[in-house]
Amino acid sequence: MARYKTTLASATLLVLVLAAWEYLPTALEVPKFIIPTLSDCLVELQRMWAYEQLLGHTLSTALFTVLGFAIGSLMGAVIGYLLGMSAFWEKVLSPYILALQIAPKVAFAPLFIMWFGYNSMPKLLVTVLIVFFPVLVNVLQAMRTVDRDLINLARAYNLSRLGIFFKVEMPSTLPNLMAGLRIASTLAVIGVTVGELVGGNTGLGFLISYGGGQANAAMVFDAIVLLTVIGFVLYSALVRIEDRVLHYLPKAEQ
Amino acid sequence: MALEFHSVTKRFTDNSGTSLTAVQDVSFDVQEGEFVSVVGPSGCGKSTILSMTAGLYQPSEGKVLVSGEPVEGPNSHVGFMLQKDLLLPWRNIVTNIEFGLEARGMGRADRRERAMAELRHCQLDGFENHYPHQLSGGMRQRAALARTLAIDPEIILLDEPFSALDAQTKLLLQNSFAGTIAETGKTTLLITHDLGEAVLMSDRILVLSERPGSIVAEIKVDLPHRDQPLKRRVMPEVGEYAAQLFKHLKLEEKAA
Repeated sequence: MARYKTTLASATLLVLVLAAWEYLPTALEVPKFIIPTLSDCLVELQRMWAYEQLLGHTLSTALFTVLGFAIGSLMGAVIGYLLGMSAFWEKVLSPYILALQIAPKVAFAPLFIMWFGYNSMPKLLVTVLIVFFPVLVNVLQAMRTVDRDLINLARAYNLSRLGIFFKVEMPSTLPNLMAGLRIASTLAVIGVTVGELVGGNTGLGFLISYGGGQANAAMVFDAIVLLTVIGFVLYSALVRIEDRVLHYLPKAEQ
Repeated sequence: MALEFHSVTKRFTDNSGTSLTAVQDVSFDVQEGEFVSVVGPSGCGKSTILSMTAGLYQPSEGKVLVSGEPVEGPNSHVGFMLQKDLLLPWRNIVTNIEFGLEARGMGRADRRERAMAELRHCQLDGFENHYPHQLSGGMRQRAALARTLAIDPEIILLDEPFSALDAQTKLLLQNSFAGTIAETGKTTLLITHDLGEAVLMSDRILVLSERPGSIVAEIKVDLPHRDQPLKRRVMPEVGEYAAQLFKHLKLEEKAA
């Protein structure tokens, strides 16, 4: 019953916002190139589909989001686990990791374009870089806090170092890894978008800068919405995977 | 002799470089099949004794022997249990019990058979497919005991396994542990700060002094029903033994 109520409230809110979007700009005489109405955006979406290869741009962005996310999080997890197993290297490298983590990753985009040219490489690299850190930091943090007694127990049972990793440390850190991946998934969209905004001629980010150049606000709106959809789909997929993988965690009663 | 400590001293060095003696010149032995408790004030090195028996670290001086062999590292002769059940939350109960068998090159089917036998032994029939969070604290400790027994250790080390439980669960669990341990005939070393528990469950009690811990008294508990603490509990002599322990721990002086 409570669930039904919240869904109804959310849906009502959506309808209200969409209605306001449709009718308010006209009522307040806001010009179309500042805030296009809902119908303007839908018309523009149709036009983009027909003349601007919208499908191709969307698929390209989605592909690089997923690819960058996969590579970046894999690297983050692997390096996080390696550092987590070596207190020495973790101490040696931690100031640099911190510095790189603080550095705004999107600012590297122009540099990558200078190095690799106007192709897909720069946006992939920005995405990998931006995804890498939250995963690394979450894994490293979790490795530090694995229950020492559990590790001692595994040692007492004669498990090898690798056995301890796969049977105790890795599963213990899984909740944090999943949390890192969830954060990373939302950042992946940002990485790809920035890469596409700065250079290249494909993707939704490109459509944003192209539409912006033409004062076509509807095009920019549409691209932003589609980017959000991509991020949302990726995030939802991760939440479902997380529910499956972490099925053993007690859930708070809804 | 199942377990021997020969003038064992253990010193730790903390981060600032100061050396701290946890236990000093501790000697005792435990016969096969005997149930011995170690009591003492908190921080007296009770758990240090346990960790050295388990081989988690070595004594600074002296020797620890299990079945006549020096303990050189973690080994399968010794099974230990802590206040925390240390069940792996991502595994169900039966695979948790199998955990200790996995590094032994035992076949999957044999492992399962062994685990199921211990599961029944610890009265957990029907819970093999449950996950730890679905079980009560007492049942989780029983599962931990089943896991400890599954590796068939020569000695069982219990480090305050009942201290996180409520009073009633504690009594029932002490009873069920005592029964299971008596049945298997395992040598057991129980670390506890609960003097009553020590009297109810043991054949013999070692009293440790404050840090650096050394043995100040050894009390033989000459009472029947070691396998049923609930029966022992109502015997009048229990109070006398507890009073003796009180005296050795100088609790009255401290209260004054």
